[in-house]
This record gives sequence, structure tokens and C-alpha cells, in this order.
Amino acid sequence: MAEVRIEGVSKRFGKTLAVDTLSLTIPDGGFVVLLGPTGAGKTTALRLVAGLEKADQGRISIGGEDVTAAPPAVRDVAFVFQQYSLYPHLSVFDNLAFPLRSPTRRVAETDIKTRVTEIAELLRIPHKLQNRATQLSGGEMQRVAIGRALVRRPSIFLMDEPLSSLDAKLRADLRLELKRIQADLGATILYVTHDQIEAMTMATEVGVLSKGKLVQIADPRRIYSDPDDIYVAARLGSPRINLVPAAVLPAAGAPSGTHTIGVRTEHAIVSPRTGEGIAGKVIRIEHLGDQSHLHVDMAGQQLIVLVDPESTLKPGDDVGIRLKSPLFFDAAGRRLRAA
Amino acid sequence: MAEIRIENLKKQFGEFVAVKESSFTVADGEFFVMLGPSGCGKTTTLRMIAGLELPTAGAIYLGGEDVAFKRARERDIAFVFQLFALYPHMNVRRNIGFPLICQGVPTSEVRSRVEETARLLRIDHLLDKPVSGLAGGDRQRVALGRAIVRRPLAFLMDEPLGALDSEFREIMCQELRALHERIGATTVYVTHDQLEAMSMADKIAVMNHGVVEQFASPKEIYDRPASMFVAEFIGSPPMNFLKFEGAIELGAGAVRINGASIGLPAVREGLSSRPLALGIRPEHIRLDDAGELRGSVFGTEYLGTTQIVTVTTAHGTLKARVPADAKAAPGETVGLKLTSGRLSLFDAGNGRAIRTAFHEGGLHG
Repeated sequence: MAEVRIEGVSKRFGKTLAVDTLSLTIPDGGFVVLLGPTGAGKTTALRLVAGLEKADQGRISIGGEDVTAAPPAVRDVAFVFQQYSLYPHLSVFDNLAFPLRSPTRRVAETDIKTRVTEIAELLRIPHKLQNRATQLSGGEMQRVAIGRALVRRPSIFLMDEPLSSLDAKLRADLRLELKRIQADLGATILYVTHDQIEAMTMATEVGVLSKGKLVQIADPRRIYSDPDDIYVAARLGSPRINLVPAAVLPAAGAPSGTHTIGVRTEHAIVSPRTGEGIAGKVIRIEHLGDQSHLHVDMAGQQLIVLVDPESTLKPGDDVGIRLKSPLFFDAAGRRLRAA
Repeated sequence: MAEIRIENLKKQFGEFVAVKESSFTVADGEFFVMLGPSGCGKTTTLRMIAGLELPTAGAIYLGGEDVAFKRARERDIAFVFQLFALYPHMNVRRNIGFPLICQGVPTSEVRSRVEETARLLRIDHLLDKPVSGLAGGDRQRVALGRAIVRRPLAFLMDEPLGALDSEFREIMCQELRALHERIGATTVYVTHDQLEAMSMADKIAVMNHGVVEQFASPKEIYDRPASMFVAEFIGSPPMNFLKFEGAIELGAGAVRINGASIGLPAVREGLSSRPLALGIRPEHIRLDDAGELRGSVFGTEYLGTTQIVTVTTAHGTLKARVPADAKAAPGETVGLKLTSGRLSLFDAGNGRAIRTAFHEGGLHG
């Protein structure tokens, strides 16, 4: 495992600047997740580290060694793609052993056996080793695909939405597994996704990408509670943060220059007594089971607020709303921190 | 707008029974969601309501009239397959007006109805723009406009948001529901995504292997699942099960699992010894050293407002939803306290929920 540094890297495809002066350090043993929508430059960033794309400018180093111009084969990275591609005619064992049997590696067959067994234990598939790859379920196939990367002990794992083709339950299981495996092995991982839950639950650091630029990078708790930018605030959290024009929420203690006030759903406290805080009217209540979302109209602006699942509020009720730790943003979307 | 009533509807493809006798009623103006895994019969049911599939038996009443064997185009419903499908060479106005033009509606009426629809969707400023330059959300609105403009008796939607990424799906869910509030049209919506169902529906039918396992409001389905299948399909993470074997006395207020005594709402059925499962929603577990159960933390997942803590216990793995600032590190031993008044009990043999005192509070709360 090794530290990976990306310094001022850009990549252009025709007119599109896919990655724009990206600087990012993935520390040894770090699990860095790049989060962004389609077209944000996530996959291009991964491919640049892998050497599948050549940087137009900037520098990439792995374990202190400059690899900017190095071909993929000498970079010692392992790539896990969204679509697991296993060799269908081979057993699980042979699929896992395949990277070790490459002529350039010359690993002894006894070492291969030890290594494959070890990885199969880690992935909880030792009983499937003799199965054909085609006899596995989707989740098992993706675990084998990840295992094929793990077996090599590369400097860094590059993962491109490896869980997105799986169903929700399996994705939740593998999220937890992958995090455990990463911690057990002390692996260095650069992982890209558009799913904020994957980013928040697995990463040691989350980097939010927009149009090829890294907007902010921080640990999950910090990036959620203390975003630098309105874009970052809106990307994290479900349901999304309420973004309200400053004029609608007077006297919220906003610093001058505030254009938009961000209110997380758990940061608006609704009271059935009017006269407490800002006046609003209930439009609808969504009972989601573990929590309820109250839709409130506040001076023509709709707010979604978290309330107790047993709340008896109903459409048409008048309520008072108090804000707790609102976030202030200027007209350009930059965070204004109260002095 | 109209009520949709389904009576003993059945569909067989050869030997395969896609939909077993199902009956339910969608009230006029309700947003109704059919939810289930692929192959559960939800799309087949929808296609029978639309008239794209003929039932093997049963009746479908649309606004009081049995339409089960009527042609699709005689049914006055709008079927939205997947949003986004627009005519690329036409502008917004023509895309929305197209169904009316096909029906031979006079030009002046097409104009006023298209404009009214566009106002409803808040895209009236885009009417004369080509659709090719529109942002994703606006394209969706135009596609919806094409369904709304006909003023059908009901809307049928088959996973319309399935192809979208999660963030955009959440926005469109809110928007579809807000639109429903404005036009109040009876809507039948099919999805396999429980969160979509929970956030939009007035009523949900959870289907499995061609059978409606439960038909109720989202809250009722979440709080009082009728079967283990429903309990597991709804909620993220889903309901935890602790499996054990035992007999239950009528009126019992606790069960014993591997020596631990766990309180639950008074049981309203007496049962001979059999495999049972205690159902616990993640938010009904608290980290508390004085709790009934102990286990070791396997992992934590931070979600902003809350975190999910996965705990391995002697009785099985449990996921707890606890405040984001609660301290729990992998490997640590923790106590778990269960909210006894909210637990469910199931017959693990057939998956059926066993009646408890909690069911009695339900229909009113």
C-alpha cells in the first residue's frame, strides 16, 4: 500500500474539460470516495491514476514515485469496475488466482493457494471456491471481482461504482463488508460513486466533484455538518437540505451578504404552537416509518422538516418553526461563517 | 377522475400464475403504489388495469364500469412508461399537445389545454423551446405533461423513475407527489423501490409471488407488517429478526430467547411450540449497557442525521439506528435495549404476523 498524490492534473476531451486542475492526496491506508453526478469527472480521475488516460498537465505519484508518464502495467494499481467481468469457464478459485498466474508475476502455486484461500475467507466465499463463476449470485460475483483485485496487494485499489449494479439489500451488505475488508487489510482505496450514502458510510474522506473540479474534501462528519459550498451542502444528506432565499427568513442571524440559507431537515424544530418562531402551514406529512417528513409552507417557500414518526400534525395545521444551526451562503454559493 | 376497484383479478400465463386472486380498491384521487420485487405480479396487474393484458378471471371497475375486457384505448387512462421519451424534433408545445392533436381536438382547445398543463407543471415559459436543449428535470415535466393534457380518469405509471440516479429520483418523487396534490388524479404507480413507495403513496399494496401480502397506508405497513416478507421489504435497513423456538401463552407480555427475557406487546393468540421470529425495527434498539441483549460492534455507518450500528449478538446480527453522535467503535462490546412496546412477533414457519396489543392501537393511530 502507498500514498497516492494527484497534483494539478487536468484532462480535456475535445471541448470538454473533464478534470480541471485536480489536486488530491490519498493517504496510505485511506479510503477516499469521490462523489459527483454523471459527467463530474469521477471516472476520468480514476483512469488518470490507473494510466488508462494520459494527463494533459499535472503530476501523479504513487508511493513517492512519479508515474505521470508510466504505462498502466508498471503502476501497480488494481481496478474494480461497475460491471463484474469474471471468466465464465473458470472456477471461483481460478478466477481469483488469475492475476497471480500472470507470467510477469511468477508466484509459486503454493503461495497462490494460500493467498486465494485467505481472500476467499475475507470475502466469506470459501465454500464457493470450486464453483463455476456462472453459478454465483450477483453479489457473490461482485465479491469475486473485488477479490481478484485484493489478491494482488497493489499499491492502490481504484473502484468505479462497484456496487451500483447490485440490488439495495446486497449493496448495503457489501458496503459494510468492503469497509471492514479495507480496515483489516489497511488497503488504500480511491472509490468513485454518485451515491452519497456510499460516500458517507464508507469513506475516511469524501471529495465532492463538480464539473471536473474538487469542491471540498473532508471526513464524512465534517463535510456534512460544515460544508464550504452550497453545492456540497446539497449533495449530502437525504432528504436534501432546504435552501431558502434569505429574504424569506429574516432575523435568522445571517451575516451580511447572505443570499441563501441552508436548513437541514433535522435543524428546523416544528412546534404546534404558532407564535413560536416563523409561521408556517402544514401541506403534507410523509410517514416513512423510522421518521416522518413534514412539508411546510413558509411564506410561499416549501420546507421539508424531520418530525417524530408519531407526530399527529396534519395538512392545514398552523405551526411555528425555529431554526437550529442554519448555514449561510453568499450569491456565489460560498459558505459565510458567522463571525 | 375515478375510483378503481379490482375484484378477484387473476392472470395465468400457461401454467404460471402471475397474479393470484387479488382484490383492492383505489379511492378516487388516491395515489396508490404497487410495490414488490421483480416477478411479483405488480406490472402484470398494472397492464391488466391499462388493458394491455387480458385477465384470466376477475373484474376491473373504472369509475363504476367493468372494463376488464375493454380495449386499452376505450379505457380513458394515461399510461406513463418511462419519463424522458419525447419527440426530439418537436418543441415543448407540440410534444405536450400531440396526444390531443391525434384525437382530433380543435386547435384552439389544444392551445388552451397545453397552456393550462404547462402552468400546472410550471414550464409555461418553455413552451416554444425545442426539447433537445432542456435540462433533465424539464424533460421529465414535458413527458408528464403529455400524460396530463388528456385529462384521463386515471394515471398508470410503471417505474417511471427507474432509470434516474438517486439524487434526481428523490427530487422527481417530491415533484410527482406535489403535482398529484394539485390535480388530485387517481394514480396507480408500480415500483420495486420501497422508499419511493413510502414517500409518495396514500396506500400501498405489497406483492410477492402474485399475492397481495398487505394493502394499507405506508405507516400501517411499516409499523404493523402483516408478514415477514413485508417487514423485510420495507425499511432501510429492514426489520431485524431474532429467530427462536417456543410456545406462546395467550396474553404473554415477554418471550425468552436463549435465556434473555424480552418484553413485547401482550400477545393476543395462544400458540403451541414452533419456530418464531421477533421483529425489531432498527430505530427501536438503543445502545444501553443495561439492555436485554449484548453484542460486539461489527461496523458503523454514518448517515448525517443518524448512524447505523451493526452488532453481532449470540442470537444473530442486529442493525440499530442511533443518534449520529453516539459512540460505538468496531470490536467494542455494547448492550442493546429494545423498545418493547413496538416489537412484532411472527410465526417463522409461514411468515404470518401474530396479533398483539399493538395491532389494536393501530387502526386509529
